[in-house]
Amino acid sequence: MIDLDHDILVAFAKSFGLFYLMALSIGVVVYACWPSNKKRFERAARSVLDDEEGPWR
Amino acid sequence: MVAGLTKGERQFAIVISVVLALCGLFLAGAGHQRPLGVHGLLIAFLGIATVFVVLSGYIAPEPSEERLSSYYDDPSKAGIIIAMIWAIFAMFIGDWVAWLLAYPEMTFDAAWASFGRLRPVHTTGVIFGFGGNALIATSFHVMQRTCRARMPDQLSPWFVLLGYNLFCILAVSGYFIGVTQSKEYAEPEWYADIWLVIVWVTYFVLYLRTLARRQEPHIYVANWYYLAFILVVAVLHIVNNLAVPVSLGHAKSYSAFSGVQDAMTQWWYGHNAVAFFLTAGFLGMLYYYLPKRAERPIFSYRLSIISFWGITFLYMWAGSHHLHYTALPHWVQTLGMTFSVMLLVPSWASAGNALLTLNGAWHRVRDDATLRFMMVAAVFYGISTFEGSFLAIRPVNSLSHYTDWTVGHVHAGALGWVAFITFGSIYAVVPILWKRERMYSARLVEVHFWLALAGTLIYVFAMWNSGIIQGLMWRTYTESGTLAYSFIDSLVAMHPYYVARAIGGLLFLIGAAIGFYNIWMTVRTAREEPLEPVADRPIASDTPAGAVQPGE
Repeated sequence: MIDLDHDILVAFAKSFGLFYLMALSIGVVVYACWPSNKKRFERAARSVLDDEEGPWR
Repeated sequence: MVAGLTKGERQFAIVISVVLALCGLFLAGAGHQRPLGVHGLLIAFLGIATVFVVLSGYIAPEPSEERLSSYYDDPSKAGIIIAMIWAIFAMFIGDWVAWLLAYPEMTFDAAWASFGRLRPVHTTGVIFGFGGNALIATSFHVMQRTCRARMPDQLSPWFVLLGYNLFCILAVSGYFIGVTQSKEYAEPEWYADIWLVIVWVTYFVLYLRTLARRQEPHIYVANWYYLAFILVVAVLHIVNNLAVPVSLGHAKSYSAFSGVQDAMTQWWYGHNAVAFFLTAGFLGMLYYYLPKRAERPIFSYRLSIISFWGITFLYMWAGSHHLHYTALPHWVQTLGMTFSVMLLVPSWASAGNALLTLNGAWHRVRDDATLRFMMVAAVFYGISTFEGSFLAIRPVNSLSHYTDWTVGHVHAGALGWVAFITFGSIYAVVPILWKRERMYSARLVEVHFWLALAGTLIYVFAMWNSGIIQGLMWRTYTESGTLAYSFIDSLVAMHPYYVARAIGGLLFLIGAAIGFYNIWMTVRTAREEPLEPVADRPIASDTPAGAVQPGE
């Protein structure tokens, strides 16, 4: 069994945390700026302006 | 309320209430003379009362199929009213403790009236009572509208709303009789915590079930924020409240963590309570009600997504800035400080997004106090997130920690951001929910706005002054290297600021009371009569068709 002492845990947390947060931020920016999502986002942004007619059935 | 439930739901409601009452009776028996016994009796009484309420409406005809062609708004309406009652109660207690700090002899020699017991009544009352009920009520409204779908059933929203308020009542009544686990914003003891887990999981499942029924291809961003609020609060609540009760008949419990681990868990919880209870959920309100009231789509939908993930993932790590200069490992303190500073980016992205949405609608902000509430909320959101990042920096924290600067910062956020966006959203949603054309009185909304703004500014400036003076007095040394001031010297220096703070709080409380009166009269007033020539409603588009608006 690997000996998980404090230093190993800290080293893992520091390196893994850096890379996963960087990957996450790149992923989010790519998703938000992906050209084919533009239409969907614009539709969503406008959809709240008039939404009181009642639910679909 | 009962008339809206189907037969099966009425039966299930009775079963739930009976089980609740039995649990209450068990706690009452096991905890007989102790505070837990009091709470057991309270739970049993409320359970039995609910059985009678359901029974009294049991034979009413079932709701028709027609109901499915409208949204289910009864729980939202109840939630708004309950939120306002909590607001008045808890802000009153808040002002009381503010005067108590200026005049400490005002405790009547009674244990329940001591500062240590009244203060959590104020914080729990405003955060969970007022804020929580407003979040639940508006989330029910927003999720149905943005999904174009009615909630899947009628019982679970009532279970969430009423069950949540049972938790709040247990929490607040417990503090008066001395029940607390002494963790800030997590004071309620194990039995109330377990109950909240059940309620909260139901809330989460209800939200997912409504989303599953949606017809819209994309989930509108406000829902992301509400969902993050619900999901993360569940995780935080469960982990921070892992504890072992002394016995099933005793309210007291001991935390599963000890020492600095306990402190870190508590402030991981505590700061994320600020992040996900007091920020994410209210950003959900902002992203729905502000564009709707301004009648303009959000300035940048993309930016709202980027700031969502930024806020969600950065806030998680910021909690350790509450533990600078403690036994917590230095690198963990630095981690919290760094993430707090980085948080400024997504926070200002949200605040800027809100203000840029208003760009081109400033005439509406001028004329419509409801929209102005939301605008000021966005400004205070920007101010207090900047201040928060700043205070999290270790050397700044050495001056500010334990002083009133922290209190001022919290209230810039809680009054200026949270309460302002809540009042703005409530004024926007009340006419929609009760199908009125407008609020009862636009002038009273205006009065509320200025009282709230004046109260907040007085409060925050008093605490900034007081906090910095305190911090400086505590670290001023004489030539011989001893402290120049005793603690009592700093206390005397605080007195005028404490009086000013209590006056600011009083103005805010009066504003909230006027708001409650206005809401009440809106509900009470029949739909037909036109009330005032000056309408409190979104001002109709007045730009000629085809004209280019600034900011577009």
